[in-house]
Amino acid sequence: MGSIKRRQVGMLIVLVMTACGVSADAEGEILVSAAASLTDAFAAVETAFEEANPGTDVVLNLGSSSTLREQILEGAPADVFAPANTSNMDQVVEAGENSGEPEIFVTNLLQIAVPAGNPAGITGLADFANEELLIGLCAEEVPCGEFGREALANAGVTPSIDTNEPDVRALLTKVEAGEVDAGIVYVTDVISTECAVEGIEIPEEENVLAKYPIAALGGAPNPDGAAAFVEFVLSDEGQTILADFGFMTP
Amino acid sequence: MNHAAARRRRVGGPPALLVVLGGLGLALFAVPVLALVARIPWSRLPELLVGDVVGDALRISLVASLAATGISALLGVPLAWLLARVEFPGRSVVRGFVTLPLVLPPVVGGAALLFALGRTGLVGGPIYRATGFILPFSIWGVIVATTFVAMPFLVITLEGALRGMDVRYEGAAATLGAGRWTVMRRVTLPMVAPSLIAGLVLTWARALGEFGATITFAGNLQGRTQTLPLAVFVALESDRDAAVALSLIMVAVSLTVLIALRERWWHTL
Repeated sequence: MGSIKRRQVGMLIVLVMTACGVSADAEGEILVSAAASLTDAFAAVETAFEEANPGTDVVLNLGSSSTLREQILEGAPADVFAPANTSNMDQVVEAGENSGEPEIFVTNLLQIAVPAGNPAGITGLADFANEELLIGLCAEEVPCGEFGREALANAGVTPSIDTNEPDVRALLTKVEAGEVDAGIVYVTDVISTECAVEGIEIPEEENVLAKYPIAALGGAPNPDGAAAFVEFVLSDEGQTILADFGFMTP
Repeated sequence: MNHAAARRRRVGGPPALLVVLGGLGLALFAVPVLALVARIPWSRLPELLVGDVVGDALRISLVASLAATGISALLGVPLAWLLARVEFPGRSVVRGFVTLPLVLPPVVGGAALLFALGRTGLVGGPIYRATGFILPFSIWGVIVATTFVAMPFLVITLEGALRGMDVRYEGAAATLGAGRWTVMRRVTLPMVAPSLIAGLVLTWARALGEFGATITFAGNLQGRTQTLPLAVFVALESDRDAAVALSLIMVAVSLTVLIALRERWWHTL
């Protein structure tokens, strides 16, 4: 515990030092392509960043990490990439599209989401095999779907799936509307709905830790802005905001 | 007749400006399709197109788009007739409702359908409690979503034709003793047939390409609700080659049908 704290403090000092050098220049539009699960947290980060850096305008491009990856690989302009898993970042790095080394800035755990009041009486991942229930997952091509299937495999459950949603927010919307009885989302998603959705814990031995990397992009139209935003997200202030939304410090 | 011929002679060829603008318009459509074709992974094509995903998606897409066209004909023709021929208070509001799915983002339309017809929806809730029937996550959900998005094309095309039609023919038929149904069947519908067919084709084409409302309302499950556009979207997340190959099928199916129809019946337009 102590060593982690010391490392964080060390990192902070480095960040503050570099941030002073860079963020002085940060201005203009900064296009941030971020995972759908970061929607609310990054909106708050955006506000704080713009306050700290007058003259900047952060534009969030939110979607499934793999869609964002495709956009970047196809040459869509973006300054910063923050997907919900490392494999999408790896492909961007492989293509040489990043400028800075990617850093893990937060982690997230999975949770079962059920409509308020849990009408179907879901108790755990075992219920996902029940054909009588309407079960939603994220499509296996997107991170939350990949992790959700991993958790189900850990629990030894073969799910009876009724829909594979294109991203985590789409799944959350269907849970919130009561159209599916249960889905697997991130802890932070459940928090974001402010009780419109109930979360059921997935035991640690079955759960999967999602790691979110962030990097400035090589083709960034606004490289100074990109660097400043990445530093802000990794900074103490940025981490505090992200923690408010349930994200964990790596 | 002579007048028109004379004017044509005086004008000569088509004006250069129109040719340039029209050509640009064509390029906007054609270049992306050509770019798609250029991306086709020919060597992997057989491997990509053989498989359950493609077959299932093609089947669901054809069934849903044809069903949506059928339902649109059944409900849309009367609606177009009422809008064109019957004066009633709030007609412009009704017309607005009909146009709404054209301007509404399909995803919003899908969410609205969910709130109306979903298991806990305004209408869907009571139905579910009474019968246990759930519309979303089934082929019926796909059909409802595609009909919602596609039917306006039929209603608007047909209403325009009905309003532009010379009503004296209908009057003459009625004077000669034809009943209302007979007039409708023997005079009105034959006269607007080209627009009716054009409207149905547009409806079918829109239904085939529908994505947003379908994935929002009906969900996405291979073999049950996954249409070709949904399969393309999901494939795009992992294997771009597969997505391109699937798109190729969509382009091939729709171009074949549209060109064949144009040759056979649509040339009157």
